[in-house]
Amino acid sequence: MQLQSFFQQIVNALQLGSFYALIALGYSMVYGVLMLFNFAHGDVFMVGSYIGFFVSAGLLALAKTGILPLADNVMLGLVLVLTLFITMLLTSFVGMLIERIGYRPLRNAPRASAAITGLMIGIILETGNLAILGPTRLSFPALIESVSYDIGGVLVTNKKMVIVFVSIFLTLALHQFVRRTKWGMAMRAMAFDFVVVPLMGISINKIALLTFALGSALAAAAGILFGVAYPVLDPYMGILFGWKAFVAAILGGRGSILGASLAGFMLGFIEIFVAAIFPSTMRDLIAFSIILIILTFRPHGFFGEPYSAQLRL
Amino acid sequence: MLLSAENLAVSYGNIKALHGINFEVDEGEIVCIIGANGAGKSTTLWAISRLVDAEEGTSMTFAGKNLLDFPPEKVVSELGISHAPEGRRLFDNLTVKENLHLATFARKDGPEIKRDLDRVFSIFPRLEERISQKAGTLSGGEQQMLAVGRALMSARRMMLLDEPSMGLAPLLMKDVFDALRDINKEGTTILLVEQNARMALNFSQRGYVLESGSIVLEGNSSDLLVDPEVKKAYLGG
Repeated sequence: MQLQSFFQQIVNALQLGSFYALIALGYSMVYGVLMLFNFAHGDVFMVGSYIGFFVSAGLLALAKTGILPLADNVMLGLVLVLTLFITMLLTSFVGMLIERIGYRPLRNAPRASAAITGLMIGIILETGNLAILGPTRLSFPALIESVSYDIGGVLVTNKKMVIVFVSIFLTLALHQFVRRTKWGMAMRAMAFDFVVVPLMGISINKIALLTFALGSALAAAAGILFGVAYPVLDPYMGILFGWKAFVAAILGGRGSILGASLAGFMLGFIEIFVAAIFPSTMRDLIAFSIILIILTFRPHGFFGEPYSAQLRL
Repeated sequence: MLLSAENLAVSYGNIKALHGINFEVDEGEIVCIIGANGAGKSTTLWAISRLVDAEEGTSMTFAGKNLLDFPPEKVVSELGISHAPEGRRLFDNLTVKENLHLATFARKDGPEIKRDLDRVFSIFPRLEERISQKAGTLSGGEQQMLAVGRALMSARRMMLLDEPSMGLAPLLMKDVFDALRDINKEGTTILLVEQNARMALNFSQRGYVLESGSIVLEGNSSDLLVDPEVKKAYLGG
């Protein structure tokens, strides 16, 4: 592989990894804090993308009325930021609703029941979307006016830079939240010993809602960034992304934020480079074989600890 | 009367752990529950903390309020009952400081929290030395100090202590109980559960003897210490 194309692939891998990383964070957090795989999470990413579509379309229509006397590109930047903010907020409510309706009644049920519930919620979100919006694919509004930079033969677009930056920024923000705030502390405590958390005066239900809200907000950010990069939305777009992000979450280690993010980026790198070297039909086969081998030698993932949460009295 | 339980019954599936027991604790008292392993001592404390459900027909009141109306986190945050559970149950992945702070999660009285933290460190200076260390890396004795310290941080009116002597060297055990007595003198009521009956009866004013989920004996601790039955069964003759 030529050096130029090598660096080009790195740029592409960073973009792909950004999506996996953001979605993997939600998987990993819910798994870490609640010992639950939220298999609807990929579909929350899809819902976030759709909500982002409507929010940005609305904001763009509003911008066209000339409500604020701003230059076009400043206005577009403002729309992107507002879209991210509003969509993350709205999608976090979707996540909390899923927790409240789908998972809370199963808090003490076998984990398999919760897993099946997750799959059902996913199907409801996909088919519900299909029923309401119909089979026509939506095309995501262009929130970033594409500019390409040629850096020594490597093509870098401003879109890619924004995507990678937002992904890393949100990961670090979440990491700080979990490390430094008392809510984050409660989440970490819950990851270790679920049962005695109420003895600290902390409501398990509130921490569960918070965990779902944060994870869903990040999935929504991924959904918008995805719409910026690949502006075609369809109701099933979350399935494959969801599974891959799930794999990244496992690879990162239970509840590890930096681990999930790192594994998400790594998955992006493996996929892009496998496709660059081998025929692209072999991409997933080889990529997931590599991951299987890693997990054989590190079954707890990169940063997972081999303790199991105490779920019983 | 601060805490009163009438006909407290708890089952785990088909196994009855508590067969409708009655007990009460007055404000400012130190009361102990002694009994063998599996007698239902810890279950009694879990039931007060509302982490296990009491059966139909149970009535429990705390300071005139129906305890059964409160979810577990509000037993701590609103009623001010803290609970140092069996086996310490520290958050090993959090530091000493974080473990102590977590117990104040629902408290909004900043200056008071600072005062309580200082008190914990004055009782257990070792904890202050280990403040940034993960709880899981502490020695057994230090972990027990942290468990008691954590219960102090959320106790406003009453502490439930489950085997605070467990795993402590005798000297340290004396320190812990001296500290608890001081805390009690400052107005915190204590309900203590112990397998170490002699220690518990010496420390408390009144005691209950629990056997297979029923209270078989109750009275002043000084009387129980010389009771022939208690002596035979729990004090080694």
